[in-house]
Amino acid sequence: MDFDLTEDRQMLSDSLTRYLREKYPFEARNKAAYEAPYHSQSHWEALSELGALYALAPEEAGGFGGSGFDISVVFEALGGVLCPEPVLGALMASRLLVAAGVDQEALLSGAEKYAVATGEIDAWYGLDAIGTQAKASGDGHTLSGRKSVVYGGQVADQLLVAAQLDGNVALFQVAATDASVTGYGMIDGGGAAEVVLEDAPGTLLLADAAGALADAANAGIVALCAEAVGAMDVLQQMTVEYLRTRKQFGVAIGKFQALQHRAVDMLTEIEQARSITIKAAAELGGPQAARYASMAKNLIGRAGRLVAEEAIQMHGGIAMTWEYPGSHYAKRLVMIDAQLGDTDYHLSRVMAA
Amino acid sequence: MDLSFTPEEQAFREEVRAFFAENLPREMSDAVRAGGELTKDIMDRYHALLNDKGWLATTWPEEFGGPGWSPVQRHIFEEEACRAYAPRIVPFGLAMLGPVLQTFGTKEQQDHYLPRILSGEDWWCQGYSEPGAGSDLASLKTRAVRDGDHYVINGQKTWTTLGQHANWIFCLVRTDPDVKQQQGISFILVDLATPGIEMRPIKLIEGGHEVNEVFFTDVRVPAENLVGEENQGWTIAKFLLTHERTNIAGVGFSMQSLEEVKALARKVMRNGRPLIEDPLFAARVAQVEIDLEAMKLTNLRMLYKAQKQGAPGPETSILKIKGTVIGQELKDLARRALGPAAAPFPGMLSANLDPAPEDAAHNAARYFNNRKTSIFGGSNEIQRNILTKTMLEL
Repeated sequence: MDFDLTEDRQMLSDSLTRYLREKYPFEARNKAAYEAPYHSQSHWEALSELGALYALAPEEAGGFGGSGFDISVVFEALGGVLCPEPVLGALMASRLLVAAGVDQEALLSGAEKYAVATGEIDAWYGLDAIGTQAKASGDGHTLSGRKSVVYGGQVADQLLVAAQLDGNVALFQVAATDASVTGYGMIDGGGAAEVVLEDAPGTLLLADAAGALADAANAGIVALCAEAVGAMDVLQQMTVEYLRTRKQFGVAIGKFQALQHRAVDMLTEIEQARSITIKAAAELGGPQAARYASMAKNLIGRAGRLVAEEAIQMHGGIAMTWEYPGSHYAKRLVMIDAQLGDTDYHLSRVMAA
Repeated sequence: MDLSFTPEEQAFREEVRAFFAENLPREMSDAVRAGGELTKDIMDRYHALLNDKGWLATTWPEEFGGPGWSPVQRHIFEEEACRAYAPRIVPFGLAMLGPVLQTFGTKEQQDHYLPRILSGEDWWCQGYSEPGAGSDLASLKTRAVRDGDHYVINGQKTWTTLGQHANWIFCLVRTDPDVKQQQGISFILVDLATPGIEMRPIKLIEGGHEVNEVFFTDVRVPAENLVGEENQGWTIAKFLLTHERTNIAGVGFSMQSLEEVKALARKVMRNGRPLIEDPLFAARVAQVEIDLEAMKLTNLRMLYKAQKQGAPGPETSILKIKGTVIGQELKDLARRALGPAAAPFPGMLSANLDPAPEDAAHNAARYFNNRKTSIFGGSNEIQRNILTKTMLEL
């Protein structure tokens, strides 16, 4: 048993954290997060140069990581500064390209941005009800349908699209230029896109992609959970600092037991969230990966909402303002629940197992 | 990061599992499974079984007759004991007084008392709480006045768990009323056969007799029974509380409870279908299962830290808070699963007439009894106060 990071991962974590702390002040984050194109090309390139993307893929795919703990190290650092760069799309696409046996140097170097387009208005989290259709056309395939809230889709060069083909959910690569992509910003920062496909040409990567998509989702969940833990740690520290300094009735409000105990409950839930994220990361790629990913996402959804709401409440009015960084942490923590399956969706998956 | 146990630890787990499989009498595990109060006879024989194996004093170093286990080994032992439905080791002599004597006691005290704890000759109980001193333990009033070679004790202790089986009690007493509360307390050992002591049972919420109140009237205790220095009692009390806090998460017991709830929900029916197929009930079970899964890891993380640092840190209060809440939730589910069949008083119906399945007759009683866990050992609110000071530094 060992709960310390290996030396390599500690170095990666340190270098990412140092870069993000020094070169990524909150004003820069908010500019990237809320102004089109809802990311920053220079920060994207810097993260790529630091190896944040190579860490997400295994050696045989040209990376130097790819395990659950490599993923969690990267995303915990990103979560600490609410980095809106489309790294999640890169991670999930990388998993899918590994499964398809396709070279991914362009992805890992950061030269090309990938987004994974699975969700639809009537089929958010599961694959069963996907309506996008693929059909054979000449030597290749064409796709028709609409993909909604494609994270990172607003700047993606390549889209990996899940579509129905011969009774299976298959996976295709579609050049963004071949689809109608409408990008927009999101309430918690970063961008997404509505993607409309009208006989768009697609390269078949996997004829039956269910297993690969499940693995990509499990990896994405580990990433989101780690991101949430990184964000929760910061928001918790902000809240405690505020309790120390904000005075009412002539004393620091942190002297009031009603607030102390709530702050402790935040701490407790964050430790639980950290634990289940470690467990999900450890199980990623194994036979129990889906079960522990679901457990983690369920707990993170609950803990994230608790931390967000309690932080706002304990701060009072200031946390209702756009200007205060804490409010943006709270938004991200709440909205993370809607990505890759919310608490109820994952609870039902745990029940079914 | 590596969540797996070492091959040595795995082998140790196998050894413990095999020991319980071969040596734990069926009658003991049946009694634990049934969930009622255990008899003194069962507890005594279980202690003897472990003592013969050298596994009784799980926290003691080898020089005092313990197995010299690491925190991880103790954790494995506890998990396996729960898995086998072994009785709990009564903690007062072994987990509490033993380490106190080893740290603060004289050589004579160690040589005299420690072997008697192991052999079962002495059954210890704890004299800490008083009617007016619960969470605010330092306000305790039971007086000990030096009179020649003796202390004379007057006062009252309460919540004395299993005191009805005990022949000795360790007490916190006030030896100096004129200084700051914490500085006037001493730790003393009292033979319950001494004249002037009366123990009365307290009937608990579910009807059981688990705790007692103890009255002291001019009880003369030899001064040599003092542990540590006079007025050093609060230091000892705090030391003891950290020992009480190991295994406080109760993960093994909660895992046991979860399996019981699941088995029960497969067995009992609602409108002709197994309860486990009711999505609302299944969701409640899944929710607590997730929390418990996280708790297992939180427990291991803190165990790992304790092993590295040599002692558990203040963050173990997190284990107390969350662990007890999870345990209580599981006891609630076990009660809830029975519906009205949880209501008949245990023992009033013969097994063939009891509407509750076998081993579930005590589920309501266990639910009510289990409310104690968020109160004792430093209530969950006291744990929050500790975390406020130590972790949040507010």
